[in-house]
Amino acid sequence: MTRILLIAEHDGTGLNPATARCVSCAAGIAGAEISVAVFAADAAAVAAQAARLAGVNRVLKVENPANAHPLAAVLAPQVAALAAAYTHVLAPSTTFGKDLMPRVAALLDAPQVSDIMAVESATRFRRPIYAGNAIVTVEVSAPKITGTVRTASFTAAPAGGPAPIEAVAVSADLPSHTRFVSVSAPASDRPDLQTARRVVSGGRALGSAENFRQLYALADRLGAAVGASRAAVDAGYAPNELQVGQTGKIIAPELYIAIGISGAIQHLTGIKDARTIVAINKDAEAPIFEVADFGLVGDLFEILPQLQQLL
Amino acid sequence: MTRILVGIKRVVDYNVRIRLRPDGSGVATDGVKMSINPFDEIALEEALRIREGGLEAEIIVASIGPADAQQQLRTALAMGADRAVLVEPAAAAAVEPMTAARILLKLVEREQPQIVILGKQAIDDDNNQTGQMLAALWDRPQATFASKIVIEGALATVTREVDAGLETLQVDLPAVFTTDLRLNEPRYVKLPDIMKAKKKPLEVLPLAQLGIEPASRLKAVKFEPPPQRHKGVRVKDAAELVSALKGRGLL
Repeated sequence: MTRILLIAEHDGTGLNPATARCVSCAAGIAGAEISVAVFAADAAAVAAQAARLAGVNRVLKVENPANAHPLAAVLAPQVAALAAAYTHVLAPSTTFGKDLMPRVAALLDAPQVSDIMAVESATRFRRPIYAGNAIVTVEVSAPKITGTVRTASFTAAPAGGPAPIEAVAVSADLPSHTRFVSVSAPASDRPDLQTARRVVSGGRALGSAENFRQLYALADRLGAAVGASRAAVDAGYAPNELQVGQTGKIIAPELYIAIGISGAIQHLTGIKDARTIVAINKDAEAPIFEVADFGLVGDLFEILPQLQQLL
Repeated sequence: MTRILVGIKRVVDYNVRIRLRPDGSGVATDGVKMSINPFDEIALEEALRIREGGLEAEIIVASIGPADAQQQLRTALAMGADRAVLVEPAAAAAVEPMTAARILLKLVEREQPQIVILGKQAIDDDNNQTGQMLAALWDRPQATFASKIVIEGALATVTREVDAGLETLQVDLPAVFTTDLRLNEPRYVKLPDIMKAKKKPLEVLPLAQLGIEPASRLKAVKFEPPPQRHKGVRVKDAAELVSALKGRGLL
């Protein structure tokens, strides 16, 4: 019997779309019975959203004031306690899941498979290594397996259900050695970068934070999220949460428009699964053109206003 | 005196375009340039800066790997670490993250550091597990993907790079930190320091001596190149681009 415990990612009110993609990954394991666990201070709203994902058999609410912010040190003992009856424990390979799951794995003494991109069986998975330059197939021999799911490799589970929602109590000693202070996130009405259908992304060639802001107008015209290369983030043109690439976000939009991005291998790792890649760059030899479906060589400062007009 | 323990992994250099062995049994490493994992270099740099900021500390660098990893430890000593420990497994088999965490826990028990800094991931296996596992086994706080670390007495305030932006945590020491790219820019090693580093202590510990049985629960059965994207077409201007995208139903 394959019983999968999937840890929901959320912000207290909304379920992060990464979770629906994890459900698809879990559903790819034959005979899987899927429970989604929502750890929160008040889990009702998020649990209701999780219950409406097709393939989910049950939603578990684990409510505790200590769960108001997702601290790995606080969540891990609770996840481990809840995991007793499960064969697999999964979470998205977002900063939330990457932080939490190895801590859970160590408490359970269960091996972890990071960045699952394909399921071959309940014990065999494919994952990228060397910044996506090689794919390894891993066979796991352990009674309990933990993993993080590379969300760009899976489509979101469609609407279904609703699955039953149960409140559960877990008994675990929660540490006080780790305390949440703050999270600074610029408010934005734009779509979430990780799950957006369209992304407009800028690189170092934008030249300044002020120039970079031109991308926002284009993105808004397209209903797109905004991304950035590491070079643009390091130069201070864009905030860190916009970084796309090996150490930033791995994304799979339908349309990716790279503007003034040369295409370092670490950046290409983050966009390999995009359906269509458009590259606009002054340098005709830039590596981004090797992977672009449509390439336009030219001065981005001339092309951007033209695009604005045409769209 | 406070001790800071820093993990150093020997990996294929960041700039090398890796190749798979023709039989698909792994990544070719013979004759390939090897270096300190870039995130570990950032970890060591942070330890050095914490000391330069006024905390009296002994900095110990530790690696798990073959005898050749002594080269990377010597580089770390040249950067400014005080001493090094190499834990050498008997077989060349890959060390699983949980085994690495258990080994580091043994070193933590022996050295009693207040601060442990590891890279958030190694750029070969890209696992991103060991730091979190060590923190769990040690039952201490973790602050992963750090872009700023401030130590004040027995507390640390850490800014973390998370998907939503920047998160700040306060943790009690001792604790485990893992580094993100923007934490700092590591210094270059100067030639006189390389000479000095030759005299610094480097201890080699056979893994068997630590009483740890390496786990073998994750078996790599096949290595493949990733699917390649194909080069598309060039368009001459913005108008042609927009009509091409409309033609594909993308706009």
